[in-house]
Amino acid sequence: MYKVTIGLEVHCELETKSKNFSSAPNKFSTSPNEFVATTDLGLPGILPVPNKEACKKALFTAMALHCENPDEVIFDRKNYFYPDLPKGYQITQVTKPMGKNGYLDILVDGKIKRVLIHQLHLEEDTAALEHFPKYSLIDYNRSGIPLIEIVTEPCIESADEAVTFLEDLRDVFLFLGVSEAKSNYGQMRCDVNISLRKSESDELGTKVEMKNINAFNNVRAAIEYEIKRQSELLDKGEKIIQETRRIAEDGKTYSMREKVDAVDYKYFIEPNIPSTKITTEYLEELRSKLPELKLDRYFKYIEKYGISEYDSSVLSKEKTISDYFESVIESGCSVELAVNFVTTSILSTLNKLEITIDELFITPNMLAGVINYVNDGKMSLDAAKKLLYKAIDEKVDPVELIKKENMQQINDYDTLLELITKIMDENSEVVRQYVEEGNNSAINFFIGQTMKKSNRQANPNKSMEIIKEELERRKNNG
Amino acid sequence: MYRGKNISELKKQLENNEVTKEELFASANKLAHYFQDDYNSFVTILDEYKVKDRDSLLSGIPYALKDNFSTANILTTASSNILKDYVPVYDATVYKKLKKAGALLVGKTVLDELAMGGTGTTANTGVVRNPWDKNRMIGGSSAGSASCVALGIVPFSIGSDTGDSVRKPAAFGGVVGFKPTYGRISRYGLFSFASSLDHVGIFTRNVKDASIVTDVLKGYDPKDMVTLKDDNKKYTDTLDNDIKGKKLFYIKEICNSELYKDSNDHELLEVLDKFHKMLDKCRNLGYVIEEVSIDKNLLAAIYPAYMCISCAEATSNNANLTGIQFGPRGEGNNISEIMFDARTKGFSEFIKRRFILGSYVLQKENQDKLFLNACRARRMIVDKINELFNEYDGMILPASGGIAPTFDSSSEKLTDRYLLLENHLAIANFGGFPSITIPYDFVDSMPIALNITSPIMQDDLLLNMAYKIESVTDCCDIYAKVGDIDV
Repeated sequence: MYKVTIGLEVHCELETKSKNFSSAPNKFSTSPNEFVATTDLGLPGILPVPNKEACKKALFTAMALHCENPDEVIFDRKNYFYPDLPKGYQITQVTKPMGKNGYLDILVDGKIKRVLIHQLHLEEDTAALEHFPKYSLIDYNRSGIPLIEIVTEPCIESADEAVTFLEDLRDVFLFLGVSEAKSNYGQMRCDVNISLRKSESDELGTKVEMKNINAFNNVRAAIEYEIKRQSELLDKGEKIIQETRRIAEDGKTYSMREKVDAVDYKYFIEPNIPSTKITTEYLEELRSKLPELKLDRYFKYIEKYGISEYDSSVLSKEKTISDYFESVIESGCSVELAVNFVTTSILSTLNKLEITIDELFITPNMLAGVINYVNDGKMSLDAAKKLLYKAIDEKVDPVELIKKENMQQINDYDTLLELITKIMDENSEVVRQYVEEGNNSAINFFIGQTMKKSNRQANPNKSMEIIKEELERRKNNG
Repeated sequence: MYRGKNISELKKQLENNEVTKEELFASANKLAHYFQDDYNSFVTILDEYKVKDRDSLLSGIPYALKDNFSTANILTTASSNILKDYVPVYDATVYKKLKKAGALLVGKTVLDELAMGGTGTTANTGVVRNPWDKNRMIGGSSAGSASCVALGIVPFSIGSDTGDSVRKPAAFGGVVGFKPTYGRISRYGLFSFASSLDHVGIFTRNVKDASIVTDVLKGYDPKDMVTLKDDNKKYTDTLDNDIKGKKLFYIKEICNSELYKDSNDHELLEVLDKFHKMLDKCRNLGYVIEEVSIDKNLLAAIYPAYMCISCAEATSNNANLTGIQFGPRGEGNNISEIMFDARTKGFSEFIKRRFILGSYVLQKENQDKLFLNACRARRMIVDKINELFNEYDGMILPASGGIAPTFDSSSEKLTDRYLLLENHLAIANFGGFPSITIPYDFVDSMPIALNITSPIMQDDLLLNMAYKIESVTDCCDIYAKVGDIDV
């Protein structure tokens, strides 16, 4: 058996109005070269002007990943020739990245795994190349889009851990609102470095790099394939070649190029962007806006509210839903009922209507109102859910609907007795069957009738008790 | 008569309806064509203009722009084969401002290829000649911008100054060359050579004109991050301020006559002699001028530090010139070969040499020892000068140790003797200091110039001091009266 060591380099495009160093819109388009400014083309004389929002979002993400932040923002140039890099250099961060030495805790097989973050830096995306047999085309839409790169330490030990980390990292981006992180748009991509070594050895094995994998299941496939391939080679006593490989559609990896020496990118500080000090006050202000992340919420739900692991995971998965749920219980209503309503009625409604929770008519406050009716025994859970759907359909406040339609549950003994007596008087034949023949199905008949005649407002439990009492009374009275 | 008139004079003629701007443009155009064969000032001479009258001192005034400023729809070559057909799609801020001021662009001027070089001999369209003597260089890199002002074709022109590329050719051409504080004028649209050293500079035939043009060009530009906040000053307003008691220093190790007493270079000796006589004239004006001594090793570091930093930044800044996005497409079987071929054919040997040097000093194994040490030397030099600026209002030095060199002389005087005298102008680029060269005398019928450099942000004081010094020279508004043309 071999020990697997994996390090990930994750690229994620940030969501901003304009590009990182130009005023061209930062938008995805299938129409090539639609969103391009002179700066993105690297025309002579252009100068970069950094995007403040991108800097802020990169800092914010670094903060959420528990990184140390720098005392100033500066950029460096990474120099290399490639047609997707119009300036001949990429503006990136080497000297002072937005974050260093952080971590993200993930939950794998019920255990917490701490994935160490080496650094997070802000850079610009390259143009996209499309190759044809006799020529290649360049689409500059992507050129200059703000990109953060997150480099982990080589501390990941399985495909499961790698994929969970990527999923959780994407959730971090979504929770922070820094990116939509859509891998099908190439907004989130990943390079995987993997090496194998004998279990007893402390020395890392030869590293193989796999570049630019979009989909997470491809990351899994690539890692699993590489573990198998490298294990087989090592079993045979062969050496692993240090190289860059790519994953193909068949799920196998193929060699792209052998790595002879590391490329010298001749980094130096970008002279056109003066350094900007980051004050402690600015960092503190930013820190105060950090939302609680997925895993923290998950454990809070379990430990503080006693919610089941399954429901906790459902409720913490998406920030908007989690925020919604927390707003509902903030009002002090029953947590158990809130879990029930959110994980069933609300989520199924979102699914059915294909809307996000922000688009849902029912506010947390409205839902809390309904829950209180149920909790106070003024309404059955069943009735409340039906009411809720109706309120969603009609786009009205459910509490108003209850009041308007007088839909409160009837709990009053005398009211129920009066109604039940009337029903029994009208159905003397059914009463007779119970009294004389001992036919218990009469009870169900009267429950049904009571609910029907009360517009389903009668408290079913109380009604049941009164029906039984009344039937017994009539039997005894002969 | 148009030729040789300065901005204020032309403005007055326009205001008095003695001349129209059409006539001014036609005169400048005619002169530009007339002198082109002999002096080669221009890459492109424009035969029409498209600006409206504006309420500006420059409205209707002809000028020339160095061919490394981006001008939409006008060929901009940087005098390099790799850009020989390049027509930009956007305007440099400087050009935009001049259009807005109603100034008339007469042509785009020749430069040393990609602004790298100080001779005016490396442009892809041939050498630029000195109007005062056709057998001599005008210097560079803003060669054409210097020569067209020295010929009297236009009253002002725009250049760029990374080491001395405005102030040196100004000295050799007998005109005023001024570069304000780093960030005072936007570099947006100026083809980057070495971004941390690049300045926009101005050629005129007198100090007042330099102030007029600077007043139009200066100001914060959101497109250039290093531009300074507006200082809300008009430099023309303070030209006449009293300068009595203003303190200037010159550096002993650069221009003390004793250092060169056994030299047989009569030009050098005469330049120094006249320089010190000029200092006396300045003292008579009320200036306090003192000699200061600076560690020679520090001064000797100026040239190598300049080469390391400028070549390093240039390598990177010019990495966009691959023939992929624009420029002549190279040939080859793959993309690397295509870019390689375009760059091999597109650059002259001088440029390749600089790129190799720049690349070498940036390499991981050399970077600390060469590039970063150069940056440290730069910082030490700037710190030393700033320390002196605590006490002095400016530094005054001969702009060169001689007159414009002939074409057959060695292009760069690299001997120890000339190392400091010929390269000290880069100090102003290192520190971003405002710096001005003004002609003040002649040696062997060729103009010689002095340079004054002031603390950053004190552009107004520098122009004020230069204006006063100009008044005791006989070199205000001079130009080379060559050619048999009456315009």
